[in-house]
Amino acid sequence: MKHLLSAADLDRDAAVSVLDVAEQMAATQQREIKKLPTLRGRTVVNLFYEDSTRTRISFEAAAKRLSADVINFSAKGSSVSKGESLKDTALTLEAMGADVVVVRHPVSGAPHRLAHAGWIRGAVVNAGDGTHEHPTQALLDAFTLRRRLVGEDRGDSSLGQDLKGRRVAIVGDVLHSRVARSNVLLLHTLGAEVVLVAPPTLLPVGIGSWPCTMSYDMDGVINGDHGDLDAVMMLRVQQERMNAAYFPSAREYSRRYGLDAKRVAALPDHALVMHPGPMNRGLEISAEAADSARSTIVEQVANGVAVRMAVLYLILSGENS
Amino acid sequence: MSSAQRATDPSGTSPPSPAVSPAAPAPDARAVLEAAEISRALSRIAHEVLERNKGAGGLILLGIPTRGVHLARRLARRLAEIEGTEVPVGALDVTMHRDDLRRQPIRAIGATNVPAEGIDDHVVVLVDDVLYSGRTIRAALDALSDLGRPRAVRLAVLVDRGHRELPIRADHVGKNLPTSQLERVRVHLSEVDGEDSVWIEGGS
Repeated sequence: MKHLLSAADLDRDAAVSVLDVAEQMAATQQREIKKLPTLRGRTVVNLFYEDSTRTRISFEAAAKRLSADVINFSAKGSSVSKGESLKDTALTLEAMGADVVVVRHPVSGAPHRLAHAGWIRGAVVNAGDGTHEHPTQALLDAFTLRRRLVGEDRGDSSLGQDLKGRRVAIVGDVLHSRVARSNVLLLHTLGAEVVLVAPPTLLPVGIGSWPCTMSYDMDGVINGDHGDLDAVMMLRVQQERMNAAYFPSAREYSRRYGLDAKRVAALPDHALVMHPGPMNRGLEISAEAADSARSTIVEQVANGVAVRMAVLYLILSGENS
Repeated sequence: MSSAQRATDPSGTSPPSPAVSPAAPAPDARAVLEAAEISRALSRIAHEVLERNKGAGGLILLGIPTRGVHLARRLARRLAEIEGTEVPVGALDVTMHRDDLRRQPIRAIGATNVPAEGIDDHVVVLVDDVLYSGRTIRAALDALSDLGRPRAVRLAVLVDRGHRELPIRADHVGKNLPTSQLERVRVHLSEVDGEDSVWIEGGS
């Protein structure tokens, strides 16, 4: 693995091997001493042009647990506000010897440009670009699903397994969601079925070519119109990207597409409630649903560190790195 | 070590091989240990471990994946037969502590399982199949120190082929096998490879 730009970069075996390595990484995080010497002397740069809490600290924690040096760069308070281009920032990072650049950028395709323009020699990991992709989020969601649904809630028994035959509904603002795109691609690669649920205005053009089915009717999907669900993944309503009116009112959205206690109760008993965060409590997910026993929202954050450790390990070890 | 092969690379590592059914021995391979000899060697090591430790009290056997783990389990069975007490067995993966990760193809990471009581104040016996450069054991000692502070650490290996690059020696050796660095030593165990044998190949 040279770069990780899209969930589509991973075939089934590569994705399963990331999840397997993440499982061993997660085991090391149960110990008293969580730090490993694996990436000693390597430098990871977090290049964040967009606000982020959990993705940035998750990558930072992952790099530090593997003993890599971490440089955090956020566009706010940097020379970007003086008009520095992505290229010049990249050349600066190259001069400082970055082995991996973890990039989040509001423009779709910026990580791809960074990886292939020849500005830097290091590897590039996409930590979310515009409305395009967020592959490590999809990996940690798949990891959470595999841990909970495959094997008896214990990592080792799920090693080597994919998500064949599992059914996941992804509900909400698919149009602006890089999480949804990466998850559709990765879950499909891993053999799961994905149902997208959203109002017509929040589904992108050309969705017919995605490897998934879709519906406008949340209650129908929850009640099993597309088959029993194993998990419901709620997407954040991205108010910062809402330049037009995509739905009449927040209350109407919440009533038709929000996950509340009643809808949670209608799910099969084993089904999980997931959310990539940050949540708008009361809008796409109610507090009861977010805090219920079947919610994996906090677990997803913990799993994110293990998955990102696995990604950094797989990118930075090996003779080609 | 994830592989039974110790390649000719003097940095003491080998390319990863499939976990099951490695390639058949090369035409120039010669068997140096047969199943019965491996069995006798393990029995002797078991007695040595008990003699050195004055019994089975406080012992923990940790195998280094893949074949070291199977050898550790076999040793534990022998210890139970001799002493009548169960000795805890675990696995210690050293991949993340290796010093050669950048010189080798990507390695899969094996599982580390340590008995629930932990290793603090126990006598840990590391078990591996082949001792060569000593770098795997160096990594294992580092990995151990992350898990706790054993009272003592000992090393048991089935084959010691020489060519150490670090000041490390084994406490218990099944067979000292003088080799050339051009040769490679393969250990086959029935749990992984369907038969017990040790081969030397190459070098001519």
